[in-house]
Amino acid sequence: MTTAHADGLQRPPAVPGTTHEDSRPAPGDPPRGRRGRDRRTRLAAWAFLAPVVIYLGVFYAYPLYRNVDLSVRHYTVRSFVQGGAPFSGWDNFRQVVHDPTFATALRNTMVFTVVSIVFQYAIGLALAVFFNRGFRLAPTLRALFLIPWLLPLIVSASTWSWMLNSESGVVNYVLHLIGVGKVDWLTSPSWALTSVIVANIWIGIPFNLVILYSGLQNIPAELYEAAALDGASTWQQFRRITFPLLRPVSAITLLLGLIYTLKVFDLIWIMTRGGPGDSSSTLATWSYRLGFGSLLPEFGPGAAVGNILILIALLFGLLYIRVQRRQAA
Amino acid sequence: MTTPVRRSRTPRSRRNTVIGLVLTAAMLFPVYWMINVSLTPQSRMRKDPPDLFPLHPTFSGYRSVLNDQLPYLGTSLLIGLGTVALTLVLSAPAGYALAKLRPRGAGAVGLLLLIAQMIPGIVMAMGFYGIFLNLGIMNTWWGLVVADSTIAVPFGVMIFTAFMSGIPDELMAAAKIDGATTWRTFLLIVLPVSRNAIVTVSLFGFLWAWSDFVFATTLDGGGGMKPITLGIYKYIGNNNQEWNAIMATAVVASIPAAVLLVLAQRYVAAGVTAGAVKD
Repeated sequence: MTTAHADGLQRPPAVPGTTHEDSRPAPGDPPRGRRGRDRRTRLAAWAFLAPVVIYLGVFYAYPLYRNVDLSVRHYTVRSFVQGGAPFSGWDNFRQVVHDPTFATALRNTMVFTVVSIVFQYAIGLALAVFFNRGFRLAPTLRALFLIPWLLPLIVSASTWSWMLNSESGVVNYVLHLIGVGKVDWLTSPSWALTSVIVANIWIGIPFNLVILYSGLQNIPAELYEAAALDGASTWQQFRRITFPLLRPVSAITLLLGLIYTLKVFDLIWIMTRGGPGDSSSTLATWSYRLGFGSLLPEFGPGAAVGNILILIALLFGLLYIRVQRRQAA
Repeated sequence: MTTPVRRSRTPRSRRNTVIGLVLTAAMLFPVYWMINVSLTPQSRMRKDPPDLFPLHPTFSGYRSVLNDQLPYLGTSLLIGLGTVALTLVLSAPAGYALAKLRPRGAGAVGLLLLIAQMIPGIVMAMGFYGIFLNLGIMNTWWGLVVADSTIAVPFGVMIFTAFMSGIPDELMAAAKIDGATTWRTFLLIVLPVSRNAIVTVSLFGFLWAWSDFVFATTLDGGGGMKPITLGIYKYIGNNNQEWNAIMATAVVASIPAAVLLVLAQRYVAAGVTAGAVKD
């Protein structure tokens, strides 16, 4: 069976003279430049890159440095403006880790991230396979599916807030129609996290759909034709062809989803502010609440939480880079 | 693109179209609900059962948008355009350098840009807050342009690098023989053929700056120049939550996204898949 497929897959041999010959330098090419011109080219190359390098230094590295500095000093509002905050070492980190909110926020961050990406991926994949069947209107409908991802987060967040409103929300109305009692989606500690996860899944589906769909496009149609001839069912085709061949794209999609979802702040803050209590607090919202959420800002601990979040994001970021590099090789 | 076995006009295809329509309707229900609520009079807002269709439409919500939010929309437009300009100026030359000129250290810069994309906005916001406070540039539109551009610049460099790698070297070699400097080659040859990349980067840069809430809320010193996201947030914070005004503002704030989708759908898809899928 495998050999038959391999035969069917073989691409027509490349026409001689088109690929190899062209990449060789043509006789008319200018000779490798003298030293002076060589250096000028190198300088020019760096001149093109320099603005971004300077930009990275001033607008990425410096804010990050400030953030680290914040997390290892004891800042008050006064010293924040005037400077001269005393160095306090790991105090802020210690304070944050021993705070009861830490365990809750860490757990919520994990639940929020994992549940969100699992559902986004599963639904996105199902939709991608569905749209790949190529029926009438499919391109238009697929485009419409992008809308949730393009809307400003505050728009989606406030729309969901109103839909999930306990008294007048349409979600509770529909539940009422099918005989389910009122649920306090945003105001009960046991439902708040679920609510923000549902909204976040809705926002993330388009991203997964688009990436997985373009991954499906790269699977040769002949494979399916051959499998159909061999009598494979739709489910078998999915299990044996689609899923394995989509694995590289899936890995990238899931990792990117992970990195994006860890960072989510707007949605949760607008819908629940991390509440009630800490029931929907994640590291991102907790960091913001410490730094900006009250009249007595705790910049140091807030920055400490932020730096912990960076470490987690970078961990998965490096994994992403590794996977991507390996795929490119 | 390989054509997936065409079976148009068969009953099965028609059934798929129907399923597709139902799924799309379900997915877009929140968008419909936003529009519906924006047209519902405040007096009927807390009605049980809620009005499923805007049978008694009112435009009072949109009137409040015109009265309260117009300056905020202007600010957001300004910030969006500023971010696009700054992002293009920085990322197009960098993309060219990384794709074609490859100076020593280019790989390291590319890696740094990739890592930069992973840093949570909330952490950047806290860093910027300290800096902006010390420099006294809180609540300036260009301060927000700088902050918002940090979302778009790494993405922009990535798109330009990917796109410019595909430009045949012969094109640039020819210009060089004619005596053009690297800068002229970039300006007169590379940029014009990179139109698609420019459009993609501009679209996303604008959309992200327009939608930004994290930087807006942290770097807002309480002055009058607020972007529209803060306009909506202020409405939500009001005690007498006027949901038809909130939703009307949300509808208006969604217009750029809708325009993008209609006018530039293929660029949107290109931007989403960039970096994740290789053709």
